[in-house]
Amino acid sequence: MTTLDPTVEGALPETEAAGRGNHPPGTFRVCATTGLTVDLAAEKFIKINAVFAVVFLLLGGIAALLLALTRWSAVHLLNAEWYYRMTTFHGLNMLILWILFMEIGILYFAATALLKSRLASVKAGWAGFACMAVGAIMLDAVILAGKADVMMTSYVPLRAHPTFYLAIILVAVGTLIGVINFLATVYIAKRDKTYSGSVPLVVFGAITAAIIAVSTLLHGAGIMIPTFLWSIDVIDHVDPAAYRLVWWGLGHQSQQVNVAAMVSVWYLLGTLTVGAKVLNQGVSRTAFLLYILFINLASAHHLLVDPGVSAGWKIWNTSYAMYLAVLASMIHGYTVPAAVEVALRKQGHTKGLFGWLGAAPWKNPGFSGFFLSLLIFGFIGGITGVTLGTEQINIIAHNTLRIPGHFHATVVGGTSLAFMALAYYVVPLIFRREFPLRWMCRAQPYVFAAGIVLMSLGMSFAGSYGVSRRSWDVEASGALHPVSYDPSVHVWLGVLGIGGSLAFVGLLMFVVPTVLAVFFGKRVEAKMPAW
Amino acid sequence: MSESNDPPVHWLERMLDNTWLLLALGVLIPAISYTLWGLLELANLKAATLP
Repeated sequence: MTTLDPTVEGALPETEAAGRGNHPPGTFRVCATTGLTVDLAAEKFIKINAVFAVVFLLLGGIAALLLALTRWSAVHLLNAEWYYRMTTFHGLNMLILWILFMEIGILYFAATALLKSRLASVKAGWAGFACMAVGAIMLDAVILAGKADVMMTSYVPLRAHPTFYLAIILVAVGTLIGVINFLATVYIAKRDKTYSGSVPLVVFGAITAAIIAVSTLLHGAGIMIPTFLWSIDVIDHVDPAAYRLVWWGLGHQSQQVNVAAMVSVWYLLGTLTVGAKVLNQGVSRTAFLLYILFINLASAHHLLVDPGVSAGWKIWNTSYAMYLAVLASMIHGYTVPAAVEVALRKQGHTKGLFGWLGAAPWKNPGFSGFFLSLLIFGFIGGITGVTLGTEQINIIAHNTLRIPGHFHATVVGGTSLAFMALAYYVVPLIFRREFPLRWMCRAQPYVFAAGIVLMSLGMSFAGSYGVSRRSWDVEASGALHPVSYDPSVHVWLGVLGIGGSLAFVGLLMFVVPTVLAVFFGKRVEAKMPAW
Repeated sequence: MSESNDPPVHWLERMLDNTWLLLALGVLIPAISYTLWGLLELANLKAATLP
């Protein structure tokens, strides 16, 4: 492993010059591996958020396996009722709970360890966490009780038990408290001059994620509060078109929080794994600025076939504005591997055009996980996303399996894999526990990535033949008019099922060593053992 | 009054260092371009007439 190079510029603070910031005595420790100052209160929150995140990842993963084995038409495991229940459960556990708990942990790490600052408010930290945890448990309970088979989008007039909406509001409020606590920590760090100049790039990326999260959560409140009131008959009507518009301000924007957090994790892991330096601060920060300004407008591509909004609204929000955010992703997709290349060439791996790539630490799951995440996000997720965000193509692909084929490449192959890669450093550095089963950890990113790629391609190709998303029965048996697809869709649905099963094996290969490490792992007394 | 010898900071860098300005822009731009504009269009839809 390459430990933190004290000359690293920008991605992380220069550790040699690190003071102790604004920490009162006895409230911090110095990491023996990185030299970073770790606030003990923040460390507690990072740990507890990470543990909850992994629990919800496992729950969502079990649901994913059941769904994959149902969409695989030759198996068709679940009945219709449990299929839609598991679709709801899977979406919320994976897209909301696993990701949000992990992101709050990342925000607290970035604001405290990288800015040498104490956490702004421990009480707010507990309040936010309590809201999120109670909301999450309520949410899973009400879904499993069969009172909320409305899927993640819960489009009105589908109506769930009021607990469902209340639980989502609680999770959103808790997350907002966490985000405000993060921004307050950034503020006090600047006020107390715990750093000089600009914040490190990873913190800037985290600020970007936090800003997008504020917009996301305001939209969430804007639609979930009236829907909750409707569910308890306080108001008699929620307009379905307005619901869709505001809900996607929550549903899509929350995934843009993931993008910003994931890119920050790429920069962080580039530094932690090979000592990569940011090539150009201005370029990378401007790319994050493009996210802040434009990425949320892309929510409009969910409404490209909605009749209520005009062509002007659709074209402006999904073309001109969205492409500026796509440009930002392309910039990061270039600068991150370029920084890795420069770092490896400086270490002497100069043979040919790609000698550096072969010499990269592919046995380090922190590196392989982040680099595979970058490739899957960029090539499969990015290309499918841009095409689906085009009005002419969207009208063909809307509500087909091509859509989940796209977002499983971005959110699972991209964000989830990057967060898993990060965990290979979080556990030894923050929990200070060694990973057991290291061979399994080394293989895990490859197994998970292969599964997700297969599943995503299976979905995308089946969807290209017109197979609808979220449909329990691909044959639509019993329908008034017979529905027939090209027989080859069953091959692609089989690829989906095999890929989903393989990805679940990859998920278990992550969860088992992580749980064993956290609860039974050998204590890391000094420096983290090299991967 | 002493004069500072620090080189002037580029306006883009000052903007990138201003978290609160970025927060305001990040909330206002989607609120106006996506949400308010979209809701305004929906609010002004004429009721469909029966064929």
